[in-house]
Amino acid sequence: MTALPPPARKKLGLVIDLDICVGCHACAVACKEWNDGGAMGPLPDDDPYGAEPHGVWFNRVHSYEVQGPGNGDRGRLAKADTLRADPVPRPQSPQMVHFPRSCLHCETPDCVTVCPTGASYKRAEDGIVLVDEDKCIGCQLCAWACPYGAREIALPPAKARASDAGRKDSKRGTMQKCTLCVDRIYNETLDERDREPACVMACPTRARMFGDFGDPDSEVSRVVAERDGYALMPEFGYAPVNRYLPPRPRQDGSCAGSPSASLAEEAVESDRLPPLLRWLDKALSR
Amino acid sequence: MRPALPVIFFTVLSGAGYGLWCLLGLALAAGIYPLAAGILVPLAFGFVLVTAGLMASTAHLGRPGRAWRALSQWSSSWLSREGIASLVTYLPMLAIGWLSHEGHEGWSIQVAGAWLALCSLATVVCTANIYRSLKTIRAWREPQVLPLYLGFALLSGGLWLWAWLALASPRPMGLAFPLALLGLAVLAAMTKVAYWKAADRAPISTTGHAIGLQHLGRIRPWEGPSSEETYLTREMVFVLARKHSARLRKIAIILFAALPVIGIAVALPYGALWIAPVLAILCLAGLFVERWLFFAEARHAVAAFFSRQPI
Repeated sequence: MTALPPPARKKLGLVIDLDICVGCHACAVACKEWNDGGAMGPLPDDDPYGAEPHGVWFNRVHSYEVQGPGNGDRGRLAKADTLRADPVPRPQSPQMVHFPRSCLHCETPDCVTVCPTGASYKRAEDGIVLVDEDKCIGCQLCAWACPYGAREIALPPAKARASDAGRKDSKRGTMQKCTLCVDRIYNETLDERDREPACVMACPTRARMFGDFGDPDSEVSRVVAERDGYALMPEFGYAPVNRYLPPRPRQDGSCAGSPSASLAEEAVESDRLPPLLRWLDKALSR
Repeated sequence: MRPALPVIFFTVLSGAGYGLWCLLGLALAAGIYPLAAGILVPLAFGFVLVTAGLMASTAHLGRPGRAWRALSQWSSSWLSREGIASLVTYLPMLAIGWLSHEGHEGWSIQVAGAWLALCSLATVVCTANIYRSLKTIRAWREPQVLPLYLGFALLSGGLWLWAWLALASPRPMGLAFPLALLGLAVLAAMTKVAYWKAADRAPISTTGHAIGLQHLGRIRPWEGPSSEETYLTREMVFVLARKHSARLRKIAIILFAALPVIGIAVALPYGALWIAPVLAILCLAGLFVERWLFFAEARHAVAAFFSRQPI
């Protein structure tokens, strides 16, 4: 059903630490590998070894250059006088932020409610947002409704290459997205320590954490509280579960913009609203 | 947004069909339709427009064979509601066709006309709401979107109905209907210009805002997440239209409003009614351009993760 389930006590999701992510794409590759071969696979590509490969990835890593006071500010570089007057040597290199982007498993997402078939749904028991590939008609409205770019469609059968014809093609023409490795985290054939999303397992810098945000004592809840973890674009009112930890300031004090407290507060607020107010908030923010 | 042809054909053609059915239904309900002109031809022409549009829309689906599943989630999805409304609208259409064929010209066809008008309007409202309900595409949240979908449906469908009446009605037609269409064209053009102005004024979301780190300074994409184009960059980071938008906007407004207005104003005094179907075709062509721009110019929130715009 595309109606959202009542708020669950368990809210599974990821914390991504932008301070230590090095942008190596290991999470994205491990995700692609598991989801192409695991119980949910295959995740078909178009022209995978050709000139223009095209395919679905659940996780995409962007790299951004940040220029601010003391970190690669070109205005400062231009003004040599100002530099000479400043006795504290400051790094002039821009700050790099590597930013993995995937489904945030929002609490009140429109990608679920716009679905005309009931294929897009949010699990009541743990809050994971999934697509039922047997019901999806590939209208792509859910992808349009998502501001985080979490959904990509597998190419329709007609556009798939003949070389893929032998592969199971049940996914062709349907919407694909991060499953939070639902086929790993509850998988009793795996060692207990392996019951984590593939991206979390693969991260060489341990920049990714998986856990239950519904439990205030969980590791993810605690680290989010300690490090001012924030939700992306809370103004849409989708109440993302995943949190990002902002980069720490450099030791010389540069790169220390103050996080916009209002954004973080807003995100927490909509999580905690009683059902009636949340409904009002949703209705009014339409 | 990538302007997908199936969706453009769907919204333009079925919009015109529903507009035609709505005005035909209203005229029947009010008892002012010249029955001597015949009902079946405009009814059938509306059927062709509506059905061609709906068939085109299934070409946009990854799995068109499962389209029937879209009828299930009417409680939350405007697309589902649109599907149901479009099917329900065939019922009064069939009823009018049968009543007309059987020669019933009394209250029963009036009731069926009102039913058809209502269902047609409801379907166009659902179509507009599919787009209006997407918070991620700021331009589509403008208040002009719903009136524009309704206005364009009535204008393009109305021109076809006028074309039929002008050519088939044995009695000379009154001026009220073509003048109403003229007024509607002017109104639609003004509303569309207001939409474009509002959409142009809206601030563009920045990369810094998208990743939630704008407080750190200027943030620019340094390396993209993929070496090739992806579904997202093809579908939602479409930028071609903005380059040509000024010229395309003029072409659209000339075709869907200026030429019909001039055509009606010039043709009426001379009784040159042969021009009516020409105007209907020009209007549809203008709406194809307008609808192409509606998608191509619309900026999706996810584009902020990719953009290199100055901050």
